[in-house]
Amino acid sequence: MIKINALIEVFPQLARGLGITVSVLIAAAIFSYIMAFAAGLCRLSKNVFIRKATSVYVEIFRGTSLIVQLFWLYYAIPMLFGIQLGSNWWTGVIAIGLNYGAYMSEVVRGSILSVAKGQTEAAIALNMSPFQRMRLVIFPQALRMMLPEFSNYTIQMLKATSLVSLIGMTDILYYGDIIRSANLSQAPIVYVLVLIFYFLLALPLIFLQRKAEEISKKGVASQ
Amino acid sequence: MLKPIVEYKDVHKSFGEVEVLKGINLDIYPGEKIAVIGPSGSGKTTIIRMLMTLEEPTSGDIYVDGKNLWKMEKNGEMVRANEKHLREIRSDIGMVFQHFNLFPHMTILENCMTAPIHVKKEDKEEVRERSIHMLERVGLGDKLNNYPSQLSGGQKQRVAMARALVMRPKIMLFDEVTSALDPELVGEVLEVIRDLAKHEDMAMVLVTHEMDFALDIADKVLFLDKGIIAEQGTAREVIEQSDNARLQEFLRRFRK
Repeated sequence: MIKINALIEVFPQLARGLGITVSVLIAAAIFSYIMAFAAGLCRLSKNVFIRKATSVYVEIFRGTSLIVQLFWLYYAIPMLFGIQLGSNWWTGVIAIGLNYGAYMSEVVRGSILSVAKGQTEAAIALNMSPFQRMRLVIFPQALRMMLPEFSNYTIQMLKATSLVSLIGMTDILYYGDIIRSANLSQAPIVYVLVLIFYFLLALPLIFLQRKAEEISKKGVASQ
Repeated sequence: MLKPIVEYKDVHKSFGEVEVLKGINLDIYPGEKIAVIGPSGSGKTTIIRMLMTLEEPTSGDIYVDGKNLWKMEKNGEMVRANEKHLREIRSDIGMVFQHFNLFPHMTILENCMTAPIHVKKEDKEEVRERSIHMLERVGLGDKLNNYPSQLSGGQKQRVAMARALVMRPKIMLFDEVTSALDPELVGEVLEVIRDLAKHEDMAMVLVTHEMDFALDIADKVLFLDKGIIAEQGTAREVIEQSDNARLQEFLRRFRK
C-alpha cells in the first residue's frame, strides 16, 4: 500500500514547508514570551487600570479559539478597520504569539507569586529596593519555575503553527493537503509523513523541557 | 548619658480583630543584648518584625537613632513613611529568620556578597574578602561555593548570620533562629551568637525559646505576655526576684 517510491516522491515536497513552519514557530515563540512577561508583570502591577486592562487581554485570548482569532486578524480586522497586519506570515505570528502569550502570562504571574514570602522578607532585611528584590531575588527563582511550563507551551505552539496553512501559508501541512488533493490515494503516506515531521521538530523541544525541569528543581524556594 | 538607638512608644499592633501588641514601650541602647521571652502568640516576633519594617504598627511610634521609622514629615505634617524613608533607616538593622530564607539560586558566598554590592554599592573585592572572612568566622570557610540546598539547617542559619553581618548593622534581630533546627544542630548556632554577643558592639535582640542561653548572654530580659511587656530587667532580676506568677510558671516549663 505504501510504496517506497511514493515516499521518495512525497518527502521532498513536504520538506518545502519546513522553512515556514520553523520560522513561524520561532517568531511566534519569541513574540509570545515577550507578551507573557509584559502581561504577567502588568497583572501584578499596583495600578488597577493596568491590571484590569491586562486581564481583559488575557481572558479574551484564552477564552476564544486560536483559529477564530487567526481569521479575525486575517479577514475581519482588515475589512472592518482597514488595517493590514502585514503579510499572512506576520498575521500568523501575531495570532499565535498573542494567544500563547496570554496563556503563558499566567505562568509568569503564578511563578512570581509562588516564590516564598520569606525571600522577599530576607531581601527587605538586606535593605534591597523593590526593584532589586524583584531583579536579584524573586525573578531569577520565578524564571526557574517557569521554564518547564514555557517549554511545554512551546511544543504546543509548534503544533499550532499548522493553522497558518488555513490563511494560505505554505507550511508542512499546506503541502500535505496539496499532494493529497492531487492524488487521494497518497493520503495515508502524506499524513504519516506530516506527523513524523512535526514529531521530529518537537523532539529537541521535548529534550529542552527535560533539561528545564532539571534546572528548575534546583535553586528555588517555593511556598 | 547614652541615648537609646531604638525607642518604642506605646506601640500597638492588630492583625484583623486580634490585638497582638497592646502598648509596647521599650528602649534599646547601643550594644545592648536583649532577650525577648514569653509564651507562643504573645507577640514577641511581631515586636522585631515591626523594627525590620516587615509589619507596620497599628498605632504608636518606633524611633531609630531619633528618627521616626514609620512616619515622615511632608509639608509640615507627619505622614506614612514611603519606601525611600524606610530604606534610609533600615540600613542600620539586620535580621536572621527562623527559616533562614537564604537565596537558593545563589552560592553561599553570593548570598553574602549581593546586598553589600548592590545595596551599599561597595567595592566588589573588598566585599568578597569581608564575606569570606565572615563565613570563616561562622565556620563555613570551606563551603563558599556550595548552594544552600547542600547545607544542614545549622549551617544554613550560620550563613544567614554571616549574610546579615556583612552589612554591618548597628542592630541585629534574631527571630527564633534555632526553632526550625534539629536539636543536635542548635548548639553550633548558639555558639556563633554567643561569640557575636561577646565580641561585637552592635545591639542584639533575640526572640528565643532557648531560655538558659538567653538568660546567660542577655543584658536585659523582657517577658512578653498577652501583648505587653509584663516583666523586664537583668536575667537575675527576672528569674530570681520577679513574683509574676505567669513568668514563674513559664520559666518552670522551659528551663531544664
